[in-house]
This record gives sequence, structure tokens and C-alpha cells, in this order.
Amino acid sequence: MSLLNEMSQKAFDLGVPISVHLDVTYRCNERCVHCYLDHEDHGEMTTAEIKGVLEQLAEAGVFFLTFSGGEVFLRRDFFELLEYARRLLFNVKIKTNAVMIREAEAQRIRALGVDTIQISVYSYRPEVHDAITKLPGSFERTIKAIRFMRDQGLKVTIANVLMTWNLHDSDGLQQLAAELGVHYTLDPTITPMMDGDTSILSLRIPGEELPEVFRNPALVPNMEEFCAPPKPVSEDDLEGYSCSAGHSFCYISPYGDVFPCVQFPLPSGNIRRQKFFEIWNHSPELKEVRSIKAKDLNVCSSCSHVSSCTRCPGLAYMEGSMQGPSSADCEKSYYRTGVPTANMLRNSGRARMTPLVQIQPLPVLA
Amino acid sequence: MSETYIARSSAIAARMLAGEMMVMNSMDSTFFTLNQVATAIWQAADGRTPLREIVRSQICEQFDIDPEQAQTDAAQFVADLSQHGILLVSDQPMRDPHAPEER
Ligand code: SF4
Ligand code: SF4
Repeated sequence: MSLLNEMSQKAFDLGVPISVHLDVTYRCNERCVHCYLDHEDHGEMTTAEIKGVLEQLAEAGVFFLTFSGGEVFLRRDFFELLEYARRLLFNVKIKTNAVMIREAEAQRIRALGVDTIQISVYSYRPEVHDAITKLPGSFERTIKAIRFMRDQGLKVTIANVLMTWNLHDSDGLQQLAAELGVHYTLDPTITPMMDGDTSILSLRIPGEELPEVFRNPALVPNMEEFCAPPKPVSEDDLEGYSCSAGHSFCYISPYGDVFPCVQFPLPSGNIRRQKFFEIWNHSPELKEVRSIKAKDLNVCSSCSHVSSCTRCPGLAYMEGSMQGPSSADCEKSYYRTGVPTANMLRNSGRARMTPLVQIQPLPVLA
Repeated sequence: MSETYIARSSAIAARMLAGEMMVMNSMDSTFFTLNQVATAIWQAADGRTPLREIVRSQICEQFDIDPEQAQTDAAQFVADLSQHGILLVSDQPMRDPHAPEER
């Protein structure tokens, strides 16, 4: 186990929030077709409020801090917040579409010691990317910004979201990332809108297309192991937990709402009314999330995939129960290994589950 | 004899976890944990206090270590961390980019 994993495990065992994802705004200059956010500003936290939150997070032991949105650079105070976060010695990652980053911004980001910049790009073809972002010229601006940042020596990752519109563009984009000298990640997750509207789910790639993703050696280097049938479930597996959400990781919205994860919309407290520490330690919702072991899961505890499945409790929650299966991950487990899942067997004869996919690597202990 | 001044690099992230200081360098993603003695030196690296003084006033007293041994160990530790870009070393006082808000 690497030292970093060891420390992450320690944070998990001790219940220390080693990693936090903070959205500083939901406003955005792009209008991506698959975005689940409401871009109106309903009262974002002020500069002083966010600085106060950052102080509390440092106090609580947060080490990895992700600034995201919306588009973070739409906040005029973003560099002020960034500078403050770095003075508090967080390891900072920024998620952005980068269209507002030019050379001067790239230099400033480098000077502030930001760890990683993750940039959304959806295709190597400008017309496809711009059609998805609905911002003409966005591809060109984003790629230009990537070059500025790479030239500064920043660690840049291109993050692609796989959907029906760009299903066959991943290889080309991965090649572009290699030419640019930056990392590439692929996320086939389309989440319902925050208001529960599920219309954007029609953009999800059909489950039948998943084997193409899983059997692409450029994306999955350890393919054989990855696609192997699940190992027999042990006692230890059943004593295990799903993921770091609520254990050593949480999400904070621009309005100060705290959730177990960015993909787990269970309201667990608001930082404008309570101290972060109080929410982290005493929120009944977070306590419940933390209490759930694999053996407590309704369907999954009897599933042969339970030890290797990427079951996301957040997606399960959105489907009705955080103790239940997440059909996205059922599809993934099935199309990865060819072995039917407990949820599928239970549902056979009923309506076919919604095709939904979830691969979301977390900085720590995903 | 010239003094050695140490300051923390501005590319560093750091946080205490269960009594250990985690340190990560954003330039190359190297990740370290520092033991108590190293943490004390690292925390005192304000760019203004000579290393000899840090070791004398912080380390020897707090940890009850033989002064000569402590000076040798500290010099080695500083050399290691400066090699990884975590500490900046100079024979002149320096500005510490992180001084005020450190936790
Ligand atoms: S599986 Fe990942 S995305 Fe889902 S709740 Fe856990 S950490 Fe969040
Ligand atoms: S495959 Fe489905 S039923 Fe099986 S553990 Fe994963 S989410 Fe649960």
C-alpha cells in the first residue's frame, strides 16, 4: 500500500474528512447538454463566508480540497479564495472548463502551487465539443488554455463525459490529450438534474455499449483482471463499506449545504447555520451513511458482485434507497464480467432497469 | 560560521493527521509524512530563524535529544527535504509564504 493510501485509510478509519469537494458557484458560461445543475444564483456564499469555511475545513483536518462549480472563474473573487486556500496549506485541485484561463491566469495558478487542473473536454472535434457546451468557440479557447497551463508545468487532466453525442470520440480525444502531454479520464456518468428531472438521462450511453469501453486497452490497462468474474464473497467483504462518502469525504454546495458526496444529494446540514465540525460529527444523516456495511444492503448483500462492484450509494439513494442497489453499477458489473447481478435476477420478468453508468474516481479511497 | 535559514516552499500542501504531518509537493506530487521532530523543524521554518536556533530552542528542549546529535540530524533532514523541493535553504533570511494562516 502506498503511503498516500495508508494515510487515506487512516483518515477513513478515524473519520477524518481528509478530502472535500467545494462548489463555489453553480453559475456557468457553458450550457452543457448533460449538466445536472440549476445555473441561477440562489445566494452563493460570500468571499468572507467561504474563507470562514476554508478555515473550518483546515481545522477539521481536510488536506485535499477540490474547487469546482459551475465555472469557478465566474467568481470575481476566485483567485482570492484560491490564494487563501493555499495559505491554509490545502492540496488544491480545480475543476474548470478553462475558457477564461489565459497565460496570465495560468501563471498565477502555477505560482499558487495548485496541484491539478481538471478540464472538461468532450471531443477532439470542435463542432461536437461546442455542440455539447452550447458555447461557440469553446473548444478552441479550452485547448488554448490547456497549452498555457501545460507550458507552466501544471498537471492537467482532460475529463471527458461519455454520452450518446460523443460515444465514438473517446479514442480521438485520448490521442489529443497525449499530443498535448496531459492526462485523460473518461466518466460515463450522467446524473439526474438536481430538481429530480430525469430527461437528461436519455444522453446516457446504452449498457450494450459498455463492453466496448471496458475492453478498450487504452482505457483499461488491466483488462483481464478488471473483466474477470467476481471472486467468492468473504466475511470481510460483508463487513466492508461502500466508499469514502461521509467517512473521509464530503461535498459542500455554493449555498453552504453539506452532503456526503457530490453525487449523493442527502442534505446533512448547512454551514451557514452550524459549524462544519458539528455537522461532520453529529449529523444524523452522515452517521447513517457511515453505519451501512455491505451486509446491511438490501439486495447487494446477496449479490456475487458485492466485493468488486462500484455500487454508488449516492446513485442508489437517488433511485430510492441508500441501502439498495444502484442500477448504474449493476449494469457496469454485468457488462464488465458477463455475470448477472442479484438486482437483475430479482428484476427479471419486471421492466428492464434504466441504463445508467457510474465511474467516478475520487481523489482518495474511491 | 554562516547561518542556515529554512523556509517552506510555496508549492507545498500540509496537514496533521493523527499526530503525523502529511506533506505533498504539487510540483511532482511527492508525498511524505514527517515524524514529530521533523514536524517541529518544518513548522518553525519561517525563513528568519536560523536552523541552529530552531534546533536549540525547539528540538533539544521539547524532545530531550543530545544537542550535537540533534544538529547533525536536523542538517540531514533539511538536506533531504530541500532535495525534494519541500524546504528552501539559504544563508540569508527569507520570506515565508505560509506563515500567518498555518494550521
Ligand atoms: S461511490 Fe463515489 S460518487 Fe458515489 S457516493 Fe461514493 S464517493 Fe460519491
Ligand atoms: S451488481 Fe448491483 S446488486 Fe450487485 S452489488 Fe452491485 S449494485 Fe448491488
